[in-house]
Amino acid sequence: MTLLQIPKMRFTFWKAVFLFIVAAGVYCTYLRFFHGLGAATNLSDQFPWGLWIGFDVMCGVMLAAGGFTLTAAVHLFNIKRFKPIVRPTVLTAFLGYLLVCAALMYDLGLPWNIWHPIIMRNPHSVMFEVAWCVMLYTTVLALEFSPIVFERLGWKKALTTVRRLMLVFVILGVILSTLHQSSLGTLYMIMPNKLHPFWWSPLLPIFFYISAIAVGLAMTMFESSRSSKYFGRQLELPLLQELGRVLVVVLMLYGILRFQDLYHRGVLKLVLVSSYEQRFFILEILLSVILPLALLLIPKIRNSAQGLYLASVLALLGFVTNRLNVTITGVENAVGGRYVPKWSEIVITAMFVALGFAIFGLVARYLPIFPSEEESHSSTFRLPEAVSADLAVPMHAGD
Amino acid sequence: MSKGILYDATTCIGCKQCEQACAAENGLPYDEKIAAEEVTSAHKYTTVLAKEDKFMRRLCQHCDDPACASVCPVGALKKTALGPVTYDKSKCMGCRYCMASCPFGVPKYEWDKAIPGVRKCIMCYKRVAAGGQTACAEICPTGATKFGEREELLTEAKKRMHDEPGKYFPHIFGETEVGGTSVLLLSSIGFNPFGLRTDLTDRALPMYTYQVLSRIPDFVPLFGTLLGGIYWITHRREEVAEAEAHEKKGGAQ
Repeated sequence: MTLLQIPKMRFTFWKAVFLFIVAAGVYCTYLRFFHGLGAATNLSDQFPWGLWIGFDVMCGVMLAAGGFTLTAAVHLFNIKRFKPIVRPTVLTAFLGYLLVCAALMYDLGLPWNIWHPIIMRNPHSVMFEVAWCVMLYTTVLALEFSPIVFERLGWKKALTTVRRLMLVFVILGVILSTLHQSSLGTLYMIMPNKLHPFWWSPLLPIFFYISAIAVGLAMTMFESSRSSKYFGRQLELPLLQELGRVLVVVLMLYGILRFQDLYHRGVLKLVLVSSYEQRFFILEILLSVILPLALLLIPKIRNSAQGLYLASVLALLGFVTNRLNVTITGVENAVGGRYVPKWSEIVITAMFVALGFAIFGLVARYLPIFPSEEESHSSTFRLPEAVSADLAVPMHAGD
Repeated sequence: MSKGILYDATTCIGCKQCEQACAAENGLPYDEKIAAEEVTSAHKYTTVLAKEDKFMRRLCQHCDDPACASVCPVGALKKTALGPVTYDKSKCMGCRYCMASCPFGVPKYEWDKAIPGVRKCIMCYKRVAAGGQTACAEICPTGATKFGEREELLTEAKKRMHDEPGKYFPHIFGETEVGGTSVLLLSSIGFNPFGLRTDLTDRALPMYTYQVLSRIPDFVPLFGTLLGGIYWITHRREEVAEAEAHEKKGGAQ
């Protein structure tokens, strides 16, 4: 019973926070749609892209990268032991993309024309390609997520059909993700004279892709730790330790490639020269590469739940800094000004983050997201009885 | 052939009649306050900058291979065969990638409107398509702004510089910048003092992204085969184990 009470108290506190953010968000929504972007944001002719593109879209897509990383690991590479965390990861990805689409409706000047790329095509535009990939991948994620809903509803026929086609969905999902995760970097390749050389590179698409994989791993680790606290599940430490090792390798590859790129483009010396960009660059590299690696290379930390959690949070913050640097910091001097988001921009962003957490919590409550007690013998996940009973639905460990 | 504009700052007197004619042509407000604004905006497509007795006009450069038109996902911005880069608001969805990508910071936005659009000089497309010249060139009392065939204007610019080398800063802005632009600028004191960047690449910007994008059609079947192959290999190796697991699962249900 105590187990049930603690999450309930948490829920009440976060509910209050949530309602406050949403109420403020509703007001800012009114500001945005009735008084225009100028009233709701600090965007300007110099800064056509701000927090909503830099965080809600760029980071939103990046933070949802666990979906394709984990489905590829389990379904394609056949690493079965990760099966128990596929469902929460696919849910995170699906929610992430839905929220990105919703956030985009705020940022687009003429959001009711969002469907235009379907019939008006410019294959030379990276944005056109991203639009199609995000559209298709959100559909694929809905299909990857659908067995969980069908299971709950008891639609056996639909369930069998979707499961039979799952391999196709997974392969499509990995291809589409690879394309648009990297393309978010390609977007900036057209600004060689605008984006600071710390960030502009012909390798931008590759950096964005590798960092998406790193973030996919870190996000899975972060989310497993969070939901283990929230839902009272026992933390699956060996799985997280393994993810931690993969993260070490991916971060090392990313770090070495970033270094080589700076070296070959002759930008490395700028790292030692004090400047506005240098401070943000060092902050980014410290958070995204150096600190997580330093932590994860110490066996005692690498093998502890707290250590893994801390490393994943640092990496997430680091790559969020990277996306914001590319979108904002890196162009500030070229356009001659500074951009700081308006309070209403921050409120809208906070609202989408809050919605993400709240909807995840709700879905996890009513749909079979986490493996059941019965199957946890093989998957080694353990749900306390209270929570299992609360969910009260038959569950299967992944698809 | 492609039309263009040659602006020769050495003959400009800073009368700003081009600004006024531009505003009239595009139905934009114009008064003393707007005349004093030395920056292009959603309500001012061209501006004459002054550094003491030296002037410089800013307007859309109408690139030969414009970044804005290449990045526009819906093709709202277009480089016409005539030369002008035009904008169609009925297609636009307001992503503002054109603004982010423009190397000259030309496209501006109607930030205060609930139904906003991109605003910029379109080189008086209607006039030009009808065989006429731009409003700014037509009104210019000294011929500092001249409309014509881009190639002919370039030849003329080179001739002017050749005939009076001391009079000109030795560079034609727009000849090679980002692959060349329809608008060519001449100055006696250079372009940096007016905030124009002279360190721009000579490569057409769309090539930077197209060299990546154009590989996608080849990449998809290759990557798809690789992923399918990985599935095939990893699952075949464990075929026996899989079969056993299925049996167990079937038994449990």
